[in-house]
Amino acid sequence: MRNIRLVLVGLRLQVKMLSRSSFNGILGILYPLFFATVAFFVFQAGAKDALPFAALGAAVMGIWSATSTSAGSAMQRERWHGTLELLVAAPSPFSLVMLPMTIAMSALGLYSMGATLLWGRVLFGIHVTVEHPLLFVLAVVVTVISIGLFGFLMAVSFVRYRASWALGNLFEYPVWLICGFLVTVDHFPEWVQKIAWTLAPYWGMNAIREAATGGTPLPDAGMCAALGLVYLSFGIAISDAMLNAARKRATLALT
Amino acid sequence: MAVVEVRDLKRTYRTTTGVFRRRAMDVEAVRGVSFEIGQGELFGLLGPNGAGKTTTIKMLITLLIPTSGTAQVLGYDVVAEAREVRRRIGYVFGGDRGLYERLSAYDNLRYFAELYAVPPRDQKKRIAELLELVGLSGRERERVEGYSRGMRQRLHIARGLLHDPMVVFLDEPTIGVDPVGARELRAMIASLTDAGKTVLLTTHYMFEADDLCDRIAVINKGTIVAEGTPGDLKAIVADRTVIEIETFGVSEDTIERVRAADGVTSVSIEEREQAQVLLVQSPAGTELTQSLLSLLDGTSVGRVAAREPTLEDAYVALVGEA
Repeated sequence: MRNIRLVLVGLRLQVKMLSRSSFNGILGILYPLFFATVAFFVFQAGAKDALPFAALGAAVMGIWSATSTSAGSAMQRERWHGTLELLVAAPSPFSLVMLPMTIAMSALGLYSMGATLLWGRVLFGIHVTVEHPLLFVLAVVVTVISIGLFGFLMAVSFVRYRASWALGNLFEYPVWLICGFLVTVDHFPEWVQKIAWTLAPYWGMNAIREAATGGTPLPDAGMCAALGLVYLSFGIAISDAMLNAARKRATLALT
Repeated sequence: MAVVEVRDLKRTYRTTTGVFRRRAMDVEAVRGVSFEIGQGELFGLLGPNGAGKTTTIKMLITLLIPTSGTAQVLGYDVVAEAREVRRRIGYVFGGDRGLYERLSAYDNLRYFAELYAVPPRDQKKRIAELLELVGLSGRERERVEGYSRGMRQRLHIARGLLHDPMVVFLDEPTIGVDPVGARELRAMIASLTDAGKTVLLTTHYMFEADDLCDRIAVINKGTIVAEGTPGDLKAIVADRTVIEIETFGVSEDTIERVRAADGVTSVSIEEREQAQVLLVQSPAGTELTQSLLSLLDGTSVGRVAAREPTLEDAYVALVGEA
């Protein structure tokens, strides 16, 4: 009960902090629209039939980008503000302190999903029809949570590195590519597809598209949720070891 | 039984230099420090920048793992029983950082109350008590980004006391705070031991240590060079005299000449507005004033006075001569 309360209080605090930065807010509003615009122009020029495919892909790209970059930058921000040491010095499990940070970030990614679909509809006339609205919502929720949990695993793994923000950025574009957001993974060699299978965004993307096109999203959503739980369990399991590595290497503070 | 027990604690940092041919280098920040702090004692750790004060404190509050040696707080090992130690200690550091700027003081305290498992039904009351104690009542709903340095520091102290810790670690808590604010903070620190808490304080300010500490350890280059009550430390230089010479624009060469003069034990410089005051220590009974003034020939000299040594002089002697 206490742990749930800790996560909820942390979530409230993170959302409050994110909502109070006008600079980050403007960037958060504009970035997904830039990415979506580029994707729509590219598809409009060469594959008009695939525009709804691109619209859904660009929408999930926003969720992923919000989470991956912020998983690294959240850690950096805590380090920069000198609060990371205080979080570690507190007796609460570090994993439960980090979890709300990344979940909050990926939940904010929901905005970019809505904004991208709306942007595509208003400016590019892309109509995304959703055949199974309830399953679509389920697939989106599962994808957001699983991506948040992937961000959590990244944040916990990055704690010992002072350049954690760079690691977050490093993952952003490769995942765009290999999770089939804009290009189906069939175009890649088999070993790349195998990497994609270990990534929740790949399954989440499939589930969302299946729900939109009237297919069977549940198996993909199930895989996405299962991978999310794996990330969570692994993150909790390694958090103490990662923290001890940071305590050994003296990387919790900036200097 | 000692509340804090430190035995031969060492900490080495590994740094790398070079871009293409990177070379690793070990820097010994703390080289075998030992001390004990008793129940209800206010223990000061004094030393210049880079002496190892903050590294020592960070090992005790479980943020750094010692390279070797042992440390126990309230009987719990800081490495093997880190969580038990964390439950029972409070940590406050000086400076602007360590707070969520975009949140109000209340939100900051609320979050840390949760992190320290303060029972939900007690949180509101505890936060109100602490805000009252640190003089921030009525300002708690304002964002921290609008707070002055002194207000932030008081908020830090409130944060560190949320869970009513038995041991409080204060790392330069008055740094950068204006004199009035610093005086209020010192009164607050003194009240901690009155409430039965054990306190470890690191500071640069001698008068602060003299005023507050029951015992002091002077740390320099990672080792403790002296330990005792403020009176014990002053006794180290009791057989000395201090001559204060106010100068204007004194050169490094001249200072070196003074330092090398017969009978001079140590020289330190204190900047006071436009003046540089040379604090020259010498054995009591040695008459040096005339010879020092002749060495300062060509330098503009103001007031000259001899006085009894203070704790600061003891510190200068310990750190400067080590």
